[in-house]
Amino acid sequence: MSTQENIHPGMNLGYEGETHVAELKVFGFWVFLMSDLVTFGLVFAIFGTMVGATAGGPGPEDVTNLRSVALQTALLLGSSFAFSWASLSMKYHETRLRTLGWLAIAATSALCFLIVEFLDFRHWLEIGAVPQRSGYLSALWALVGLHGLHVFAGLLWMAAMTGQIIVFGLTDIVKSRVTRMGLYWHFLDIVWVGIFSMVFLAGVA
Amino acid sequence: MRSIHVRAGSLAAISAPVAMLGDPALAAGFLRPIGPIAEMQLLELIWASVIVLIAVLPVFVGVPVILWRYRRSNNQATYSPQWHFNTKLEILMWGVPTAIVVAFGIWLAQGVFRIDPYRTIDAEMARGMEFEIAGPTVRIDIVGLDWKWLYLYPDEGVASVGEMVIPVHRPVEIRLTSDTVMQSFMAPALAGQIYAMAGMETQLNLIASEEGETLAENTQYNGTGFPQQRGPVRAVAEDAYDAWIASARTAPPLDDRTYGLLAKSGDLAAARDDLDREGSGPFAFTLPDGALFGRVLARYMTGEPVPPETQPGSPTYDPEAARLPAAPHGAGRSVACTPTGPDADAVECPFPDDTHDNHMPGMDHE
Amino acid sequence: MNNLLGRLTWDDVKLFEVFEEFSIDSAVASGAAWVAVLGLVAVLAWITLARRWVWLWREWLTSVDHKKIGIMYIILGFVMMARGIAEGVVMRTHQATALDGGFLSNHHWAELFSTHGTVMIFFVGMPFITGFMNYLIPLQIGARDMAFPLLNQVSLGLTTTGAILVMASLVLGAFETGGWTAYPPFTGADFDPGPGPDYWIWAIVLSGFGSMFSGLNFAVTIYKMRAPGMHYLRMPVFCWTALCTSILLVFALPPLTVAGLMQALDRVAGFHFFTNDLGGNMMNYANLFWMFGHPEVYILILPAYGIFSELTSTFAAKRLYGYTSLVLATMSIAVISFCVWLHHFFTMGQSPTINVAFGIATAIIAIPTGVKVYVWMATLWRGRIRMTTPMVYMAGFFILFTIGGFSGIILANPAINWQVHNTQFIVAHFHNVLLPGLIFGIFAGIHIWFPKAFGFRLDERAGTITAVLWIVGFAMTFLPLYVVGLMGYPRRSAAFADPAFLPYMIVCLLGAFVLLAAFAGLFVTLWISIRNREALLVPLGDPWDGRTLEWATPAPPPHWNFPVIPEVNARDAFAREKAEGKPYVVPQEYRDIHMPPNTSSGFWVMLATTGFGFGMTWHIWWLAVASVISILVWYFIHSFRDHPEVVIPAVEVRRVNQAWIEAIDLGKPITRDHETGTKNRGYAATDMVIAS
Repeated sequence: MSTQENIHPGMNLGYEGETHVAELKVFGFWVFLMSDLVTFGLVFAIFGTMVGATAGGPGPEDVTNLRSVALQTALLLGSSFAFSWASLSMKYHETRLRTLGWLAIAATSALCFLIVEFLDFRHWLEIGAVPQRSGYLSALWALVGLHGLHVFAGLLWMAAMTGQIIVFGLTDIVKSRVTRMGLYWHFLDIVWVGIFSMVFLAGVA
Repeated sequence: MRSIHVRAGSLAAISAPVAMLGDPALAAGFLRPIGPIAEMQLLELIWASVIVLIAVLPVFVGVPVILWRYRRSNNQATYSPQWHFNTKLEILMWGVPTAIVVAFGIWLAQGVFRIDPYRTIDAEMARGMEFEIAGPTVRIDIVGLDWKWLYLYPDEGVASVGEMVIPVHRPVEIRLTSDTVMQSFMAPALAGQIYAMAGMETQLNLIASEEGETLAENTQYNGTGFPQQRGPVRAVAEDAYDAWIASARTAPPLDDRTYGLLAKSGDLAAARDDLDREGSGPFAFTLPDGALFGRVLARYMTGEPVPPETQPGSPTYDPEAARLPAAPHGAGRSVACTPTGPDADAVECPFPDDTHDNHMPGMDHE
Repeated sequence: MNNLLGRLTWDDVKLFEVFEEFSIDSAVASGAAWVAVLGLVAVLAWITLARRWVWLWREWLTSVDHKKIGIMYIILGFVMMARGIAEGVVMRTHQATALDGGFLSNHHWAELFSTHGTVMIFFVGMPFITGFMNYLIPLQIGARDMAFPLLNQVSLGLTTTGAILVMASLVLGAFETGGWTAYPPFTGADFDPGPGPDYWIWAIVLSGFGSMFSGLNFAVTIYKMRAPGMHYLRMPVFCWTALCTSILLVFALPPLTVAGLMQALDRVAGFHFFTNDLGGNMMNYANLFWMFGHPEVYILILPAYGIFSELTSTFAAKRLYGYTSLVLATMSIAVISFCVWLHHFFTMGQSPTINVAFGIATAIIAIPTGVKVYVWMATLWRGRIRMTTPMVYMAGFFILFTIGGFSGIILANPAINWQVHNTQFIVAHFHNVLLPGLIFGIFAGIHIWFPKAFGFRLDERAGTITAVLWIVGFAMTFLPLYVVGLMGYPRRSAAFADPAFLPYMIVCLLGAFVLLAAFAGLFVTLWISIRNREALLVPLGDPWDGRTLEWATPAPPPHWNFPVIPEVNARDAFAREKAEGKPYVVPQEYRDIHMPPNTSSGFWVMLATTGFGFGMTWHIWWLAVASVISILVWYFIHSFRDHPEVVIPAVEVRRVNQAWIEAIDLGKPITRDHETGTKNRGYAATDMVIAS
């Protein structure tokens, strides 16, 4: 197979050796994301069937705080935006400092997202909207929690990548990993847009 | 739609091999139907088999012939190793199964719409299937318990455990639910099965076209007493039915305490023990509360948790602790709704359009 | 102590149950536990006495070679199959005595049908097909390994985790009793608070992750690593079926994972997904489970279709008829398999329109399946068929699988399904498609590729007798169940009251003993073949006049598969080379080969996930948490390490390849008349080679 044609356009990789491997890994990661998307899709579907199953407990209007949700959206999208800058600086600038800076902004923003989400969770606990209360709340916690868990895992990954950029520099392997991390990060944004509109906006509409 | 004629006579030829299966008095499932629905299902089976045989027979015949004729030691046979495509053969290979599936699909759709378990059995349905309706509909509510079926006759004010009695030639309209795990009710000589699930209502319609005794069973595994959960279904003449109702009306009442004990996991013998009923086999009750079925449904919809102690079928179930909720509004034969909030009069139907509480959007029955 | 071991107590150890209270039932339960424990001890002792630990660790457990991983999957499948078959025979014995009774307790009986189903689907069927795909895909597409060799090893580790958890339930505690589908609320905390359902959940979820990653790995390998010139329409049919199975694995495992994890949340954390109360809805579980469950059937059977396709053309000495039709049919099956899941519960009370739609969709799947059977018949037509062991399996498959397909279409009609759903008719049907479909395919495949993997053929006579036993045993054991199913005998029933069923149950029991003999026959075949291996050696690598690239390597193939990556210019590349009279070409230039290094990752993942699953099952929370953290920390450290590839110098590659080529030059090509004789050293004469 011709290596020239298969270079992943998102990365300025060297043209020897690692390219084929990097291409395989990025492609494989896309396949993984498809599978993960099916997982989210199913949890969404279950949520959809359980919207009415509040069993007399708190419903969508009780758990939706649009201001908080708007803030979370801004933080998560902001994190994604910062990550794209990290990717671009990784592609066009050889200094690691700029990439690290953008990564730090992305991570901080995502951390703030998790904190605000956590405050929401705490509020839900306070008003008795615990997952044990009803099928609706079980599905809500599972869906929002699954996304939150993904973001948390992403933060761990970002920490590891920060370490690797410091230790190894912007090598081809590191670049390939950051690129996949980027796919993951933007993917979580898309899922959040789904949660934002299906769970919260539709819930109070 | 072409009408489908089901005649007992036309089935005689098929029933003949069934006779060899064993004693005819015993269960032969829907191979020995006593009602038009099961007869129709048997006919569906026969037709489906015949249609599909067209596709299957060539394999049964062709494979042995090919394996023998083209064996390696047979040098007489033609050998065309390069042959790998033939347009006509391709058309045949794809076309014949497609044609069969089209025929099969049309046949299937007609059958399913005709004998859908939710379809009321009335003169219109009878027109295509030529059976006789004599008398008004009998309404039965079935509650699945571990490990017996409880049959409620709210209009007659009686109930029966382990035995269903129906008058012949009268449509029977059944609602089902479970007061434990999921079960599946099947009286094969009369109609196919339908699931019974806690907090949900499913429906089954059937009619007996001849007198006879057959079997009703649970086919969904629900614990160690599962094989015991079967009992007779008797299709009897009108006067015998009236006599049975009359005798049931002399039985002790199925009050809340009795129901709580009956709901304990156990077979009929255990239930007799618990309720101090002498003898063996199925037994009857008078049914003081016509809304019992609705209350069983409502047990799971009060907005309160049903912990294991109050959950029939659970290993820690305690009949004293378990209490059925009060009858929800219109619990007689209509939708079970959830009373919400401290004000018990505020009744809310959480699933506005459902007649049987399938929470599955798009899957509800019309 | 209590806290340290969660809810695990001495009473849960089943080994001594029989000594505390003797009954046939407790004897069977304790006996099985002892067999498991002593079997494990015996294996470990043998490894120690034979001083094989280092060898085992270096050559197998840490290997990332796709061929070795494939073989380990198949060994795992056989170990679990021994358990599944033993359970099957015990169940058949029970049911033959079950006229108002049976010798087992009803609870034990329920555990048996639940473990039997779980083991056979997830830990026999899945390892078998995964093993075959592992072994064959890289060899058939001309690659050196999988796209992700390390992930491949981790997948094996995860599958093994599931198997270990199911085996642990034999010794500690009990398995669940709700069947392999484990429908809630029966398996919910209210009705079964014990560890059984938890064993099931974690065995399925953890091994499910492994299967998903396997699917991902295979799909990427097939998409991206085909040898130059191997277009999609030049791929061997097995690779096509493997590709479709991989796609199904990637998309069909998530519903199972979601269902399992939600059920776990219900049980452990008191959620209300599938409970009776507070808005739970078990119908969601049924939908999720079968959204996985139906594609799963095709995940299992498609690779077997691939094996049948390869063997018809090989043993009929003919080109495969209708390659394009076969590929199209495979793809259609893969797609339609996602549109039929509801036919597993036509009886749930949905509208007739929905039932009709899913009924017709189900019937539509029969079209491509029928086409496949016809295609194989057309391939045999006007061939020169050699009735070797694989062809015997194939013959049995043709007839028996067609019966299974026949009953399958009957079941697609909801009006009939309402009557036979949940009866023995269903039991007959799915054994009828999975045993002749999947298992016969696997065994035929083992006869074909065993010589490739181990360098010597399996004994033909013993193999053929075993195949016949499988066919006869299957027919006796499962065909009678159709009849009792139609008569209304529910499945999973520990007892029956109708004497009319008894004769059928006795025939089934006899059949089960034949199947047991057939299973033993596999090992007898292996034993005879190992003893006679000198006479059965096929080091030159092509005992069956094969058509695809894997036959263009020595048997067993070197670690790196091919000295240079082959250039492919036709379908059935090796057959083309032979027909053109230039197989076994010496490469002009040898280069260093880079191979991935050995790693112990899979092993540690297996240990940690077993700890996690066990901890979650027995509520040993510290163990579960520690396992998760250890995986994260380990992975973190791993990502900071450099993992240099192993370089195989060109000289070594040259030496190995030259030795093989020289052996071929010295060897004598044999015609198909001597295929099963001792002269067959794996160098096929080109008298009957037909290029595609």
